[in-house]
Amino acid sequence: MSENNNISKQNNNTPTGGTRGTLDIQTFLAQDEQKDLLRILTAGSVDDGKSTLIGRLMFDSKMIYEDQLAALERDSKRVGHAGEEIDYALLLDGLKAEREQGITIDVAYRYFSTNKRKFIIADCPGHEQYTRNMVTGASTANLAIILIDATQGVITQTRRHTYLISLLGIKHVVLAVNKMDLVDYSQSIFDEICSEYKAFVTQLNIPDVEFIPISALKGENIVESSEKIPWYHGKSMLEFLEEVHVASDRNFEDFRFPVQYVNRPNRDFRGFAAKMASGIVHKGDKIMVLPSRKTSTVKSIVTYEGELDEAFPPQSITITLNDEIDISRGEMIVHPDNLPHVERHFEAMLVWMDEKPMNPATQFYIKHNTNTTKVRIDKIKYRVDINNLSKSEISFFELNEIGRAVFTTAKPIFFDSYKKNKGTGSFVLIDPVSNNTCAVGMIIDKLDANDLPSKISLEEYRDKIDQGQCLVSKAERQKRYNQKGTTLWITGLHGSGKNELAYHLEKQLFDLGATVVLLDGSTIRSGLSRELDFSPTDRAEHLRRVAHISRILNEQGIITICSFITPEKDIRNQVAEIIGKERFNLIYMDADLDFCKQNRPDLYRMAEEGKLNDLPGVHIPFDTPNNSDLTLTPADNNINPEKVIDYLNAKHIFPAE
Amino acid sequence: MQNYNLSHLKELEAEAIHIIREVAAEFENPVMLYSIGKDSSVMVRLAEKAFYPGKVPFPLMHIDSKWKFKEMIEFRDNYARENNWDLIVHYNKEGYESGVGPFTHGSKVHTDIMKTQALLAGLNKHKFDAAFGGARRDEEKSRAKERIFSFRDKFHQWDPKNQRPELWDVYNAKVQKGESIRVFPISNWTELDIWQYIRLENIPIVPLYFAKERPMVNMDGTWVMVDDDRMPKELRDKAEMRMVRFRTLGCYPLTGAVESNASTIEEIVEEMMTVTVSERTTRVIDFDQEGSMEQKKREGYF
Repeated sequence: MSENNNISKQNNNTPTGGTRGTLDIQTFLAQDEQKDLLRILTAGSVDDGKSTLIGRLMFDSKMIYEDQLAALERDSKRVGHAGEEIDYALLLDGLKAEREQGITIDVAYRYFSTNKRKFIIADCPGHEQYTRNMVTGASTANLAIILIDATQGVITQTRRHTYLISLLGIKHVVLAVNKMDLVDYSQSIFDEICSEYKAFVTQLNIPDVEFIPISALKGENIVESSEKIPWYHGKSMLEFLEEVHVASDRNFEDFRFPVQYVNRPNRDFRGFAAKMASGIVHKGDKIMVLPSRKTSTVKSIVTYEGELDEAFPPQSITITLNDEIDISRGEMIVHPDNLPHVERHFEAMLVWMDEKPMNPATQFYIKHNTNTTKVRIDKIKYRVDINNLSKSEISFFELNEIGRAVFTTAKPIFFDSYKKNKGTGSFVLIDPVSNNTCAVGMIIDKLDANDLPSKISLEEYRDKIDQGQCLVSKAERQKRYNQKGTTLWITGLHGSGKNELAYHLEKQLFDLGATVVLLDGSTIRSGLSRELDFSPTDRAEHLRRVAHISRILNEQGIITICSFITPEKDIRNQVAEIIGKERFNLIYMDADLDFCKQNRPDLYRMAEEGKLNDLPGVHIPFDTPNNSDLTLTPADNNINPEKVIDYLNAKHIFPAE
Repeated sequence: MQNYNLSHLKELEAEAIHIIREVAAEFENPVMLYSIGKDSSVMVRLAEKAFYPGKVPFPLMHIDSKWKFKEMIEFRDNYARENNWDLIVHYNKEGYESGVGPFTHGSKVHTDIMKTQALLAGLNKHKFDAAFGGARRDEEKSRAKERIFSFRDKFHQWDPKNQRPELWDVYNAKVQKGESIRVFPISNWTELDIWQYIRLENIPIVPLYFAKERPMVNMDGTWVMVDDDRMPKELRDKAEMRMVRFRTLGCYPLTGAVESNASTIEEIVEEMMTVTVSERTTRVIDFDQEGSMEQKKREGYF
């Protein structure tokens, strides 16, 4: 054994630790400088000996100073629960009120180091508010130690803790089977517990599970391999903790840089500061900024120590770009060939952390990376009972409940699934009144377009009509208006003349006695869609709203004329789905780009000068429809309304008879 | 593949820089509380790093109890000037003029009036909505459970039973008008980490940390330095020259020295590794009453 080992491994010594003085301090400091950090979560109740284990790890690595030990001996006699022995748990129970109650109720952080590694322990109590505390401690941990009392075996609490660990995505678990001294260090008891636990843990997504038999109280298998457990050939607890490889657990594939702070000390320097959420960025990399989708290249990676050629998580760095792009906090810099989801809808596992139960009507704040915006919980899909993993339906969450829910944010956020990327897959919810952090979430995935959230499904609503709950029938409406509720959806570029057609068509149909409503961009954007911009995501949401209005009006027997550019084929299909294909008629105003530019010169000039983004035909491709019911050209606009009216006639839409 | 692994100090540094930037971005009027101690010195360097090459966008505030070591005040003024910091010095004028001090009023009253009350008044005067502090979780038991963003009500009080959950690196920065947050960017650092960082980064610290012959008086087993003649004459007369250094710095009559020959950081660390008494025992205020640090924190002291 080299001298350096004395720092941590003289477990027979009293904590006065005089042997350390013999160490060459320069060697020690040089070694210490290179150590990495392991963040550990410990789970289990006081009865399992969790605090004793932590106390023992700290004691044996000499992190208990003499005065703390004196206080410990004094306290053990006064309020201790360990009889004659020193109660290590007292060392860990910080707050006075808790000490008197004999329980720890919050996460406490402990620090110790050996000559190989530094450790931070998040010590989580097993009682009462276990879920809230465990989840908190687990959020930053690389590894979890789950304690099992060998005399008790795998209990409900063990399963509960393991589920929470897998939920928070911890990849390494050590099952510490404690109190082996009370079962005569029996191998068969240990094996039995391990196989029972293995059967359970395979259902969960934990790649690395290790089993170690220990006695925390007697110090067996804690620092050195125990002579009392000769049948066990694995590492002692401390050896395992010192050697387990966790660096590759981070995501180095997907570059995500959630801009935190814009550093602009003078005209010549504009830096974007953030902590690397994931991936690797190099000087010279081509990058894209979200949500604007503007691109540039990395000019430099700046730190106080000098420029870097590359950066990786969890470094906090500052990036400068070769082009002058306006970027603010909350935006994200990524590689253009590897984008996160840019969405307003997603599903996530939610853990409710607030004493106050969830009110489904509340619009919460969501803080996701450096973005804070409003969020609505549209639907709770199910709640998970963490004792048996069964699922049940609920309408709101209470403290410590966990479940899967559907969310809509006020503006798009940039995320990956939590499983793939903890940095961009996690968020917290903040109560808008109390400002408390009321829940935390782990994103599962974006929401499929067909699965857009609603409180009542379209099917349920249609059933209502079909079941005759509605006292005015479809036939009665058709007879009254002499028309069939139908949508005339006019698609075409800016300046193609589609609005001109829409207004003349409305006028002529009205004069002929039809009941008709015109919907266009300015009508809807001035009110209903006022918070949405012209980005592809917001445009999709805007059109979804229009489609629903049109559907409602059609179902009441009214003809709607909808004049919207609708450049993407997918969105047109989605709109048709919402309205109902039998009611949806696509009219394509076919005008070439030059014609449109002549018609709206100001608009297109601004786009060319870069003052406008997201203009269809310029920045966003326009998918020419190949399935339109009518294709018209602007040159015919004097007779186009009649063409549409002829079409309606022929299809017996108006007049219906 | 290349080894993308940070050392523990680089990881702690990245975490602290992220926290400091987050506060600067989310709060209207933050301040960094500067105690002139070694932890403060590290925190101040981390702030300089966070905004490099720009200037740090918030001031430093030192709460001067008027009983600090003279060398501390000198160091403070030099550091702020040389590093272009905006420095606010606040003290309790009323308390000072009515002669409050540890020799006449005892440590409890002095700390309350000249430190706790002065701090609250300083924060109120400038309407700071976030205040950085250099506390570490390994210093004292009650700190082990404190959040990095520690919420304070209108009266600057901390409620240990009602702390906001804090997960990943997502910090809830929402406060109502009048409420504030205390922020502890070096929560996860240990005493050894601090020394190691000071050594690696060449961070200047007050010379009192290094051993030197100083005029010392033994007061009930604690070595107290004679820093000025406000120490009662009968005590001053007992002074003797001793080779000592200070492990923590505060008001000179309330800060005990340890006998030591350590005059470099390496020697200090070496001594620390063999020393058997933890850091805060040289702070007189901790022994006032059971759970006394927790009590002071509830009232608004750091």
